[in-house]
Amino acid sequence: MFRPLLALLRRDLTLALRRPQDALTVVGFFVVVVALFPLGIGPDPEFLRSLAPGVLWVAALLAVMLSLERLFSDDYRDGTLEQMLLVPEPLGLLVLTKIFAHWLITGLPLVLISPLLAVQLNLRPDEIVMLMLALLLGTPILSLIGAIGAALTLGLRGGGVLIALLILPLYAPPLILGAGAVDAVMHGASAQAHLSLLGAMMVFALFATPWATAAAVRIMLD
Amino acid sequence: MEFLAMGGYWPYVWGSYLVMAGLLLVEMIQLRYRRRSLMGWIKRMARIRAQEETQ
Amino acid sequence: MSERGIQWFRFTAPANFYDLAGRLIPWFAALTIALFAAGLYLGLVVAPPDYQQGDSYRIIYIHVPTAWMGMFLYVLMAIYAAIGLIWRIKMAEVMAKAIAPTGALFTFLALWTGALWGRPTWGVYWVWDARLTSMLLLLFLYLGYMALHAAIDDRQRASNASAVLAMVGVVNVPIIYFSVHWWNTLHQGASITVTDAPTMAMIMFVTLMIMVLAAWMYSIAVVLARARVELLERERNARWVQERLEGGKT
Repeated sequence: MFRPLLALLRRDLTLALRRPQDALTVVGFFVVVVALFPLGIGPDPEFLRSLAPGVLWVAALLAVMLSLERLFSDDYRDGTLEQMLLVPEPLGLLVLTKIFAHWLITGLPLVLISPLLAVQLNLRPDEIVMLMLALLLGTPILSLIGAIGAALTLGLRGGGVLIALLILPLYAPPLILGAGAVDAVMHGASAQAHLSLLGAMMVFALFATPWATAAAVRIMLD
Repeated sequence: MEFLAMGGYWPYVWGSYLVMAGLLLVEMIQLRYRRRSLMGWIKRMARIRAQEETQ
Repeated sequence: MSERGIQWFRFTAPANFYDLAGRLIPWFAALTIALFAAGLYLGLVVAPPDYQQGDSYRIIYIHVPTAWMGMFLYVLMAIYAAIGLIWRIKMAEVMAKAIAPTGALFTFLALWTGALWGRPTWGVYWVWDARLTSMLLLLFLYLGYMALHAAIDDRQRASNASAVLAMVGVVNVPIIYFSVHWWNTLHQGASITVTDAPTMAMIMFVTLMIMVLAAWMYSIAVVLARARVELLERERNARWVQERLEGGKT
């Protein structure tokens, strides 16, 4: 049963590695947006530090959102997605595999590059560890929820802008919990509750969203 | 006059009530307009169909 | 079907729904006018000013009803959307689409009145208080639903896709509400919680309930009217539409 899923994962990763510019663009966007904030609000290190959790999280969230359009669009255009409806494996699992591949290509690099940007915004080491942990738990949620939006806008004109409107309100809870976790460490409090809730949210999203995404794909290909 | 002044809070109180009244009115008028133009379309189509049948 | 039982399934047929809604709307419209008249008179004239907030508290009589309707209509919309998607009932799809603009309007009004109430109470028009923030996110959810519906040309696909979105949204509403509240208490929540007035005078409570009922009746009337137009648009070439046109009872 897992054989075809592994093959799909390998295929998606291979395709992404052949066009590394897609993944690099997302990381580049993340870096540039964070770099623009000090220009807008001034270079005061303490002030930047206090804004850092929110800035980093919002930038990461926008970067993930921008990458969503590509999640299904190539497979939609060349008909691969339609083939997937005919495969005996449940569509939800196929979708989940694609989301996982997408996260490896776009979400994980954001987690890995975040310490660099955190240093620029004067975060301390323990805060940086918490930031990475929170992003590690949070970016999969962003990809999972975002996939629903990507599926619902398949083949629509101006799909990219529409995704933003559909998905961004749903990003509020992970944003609050993720940025809040770093903020808690910054103020000497425990981030235990934030991380537990973020983890619970990820598990819930892991089980619930692939089916919603699969339903959306079916509707849009109908 | 004292009623309109709302104890000095008139911009907030009337700003709330009048905007609400205005927007609800706009909603109803827009709905009526949409219905009218749709009925017009349906009637026109019926007339054209009737003409085609007589010819 | 027993002969005496109400044959509910008949109302799911477009023509029957159209006729029934047409007969009901005037009643709900009349109730709306009567309740609003009574509520406005009691709220603006009879009820005494609040001992702390003076006359500015009178915004409560429209702020609370609009906020409740905004939240409730979203849930109702999602329920209709789910029924339409799962059981393929056309009338449910029409109702879901007809509810959205009214729900969005009430949500916007709740924000607007909240801001205008905030100015005299907190000194600023907007505070990132838990209630206002979750209402703002709710408004975005409505806008997303309507935008998706409008973006898809094929009618059936549009209602199915937006039904999925409404269901995802309604699962998220409690999560959003909870996390926003939590976020707000962590960042030293607003000191004045307006709706938790310690003792609410009887007259104020009664007035508030009348206004809530009025908002209900208004919503029902407008949503039914919009569902009728929506139905005509979908079925403009159906025979029942032509029959009603010739019969003159539209």
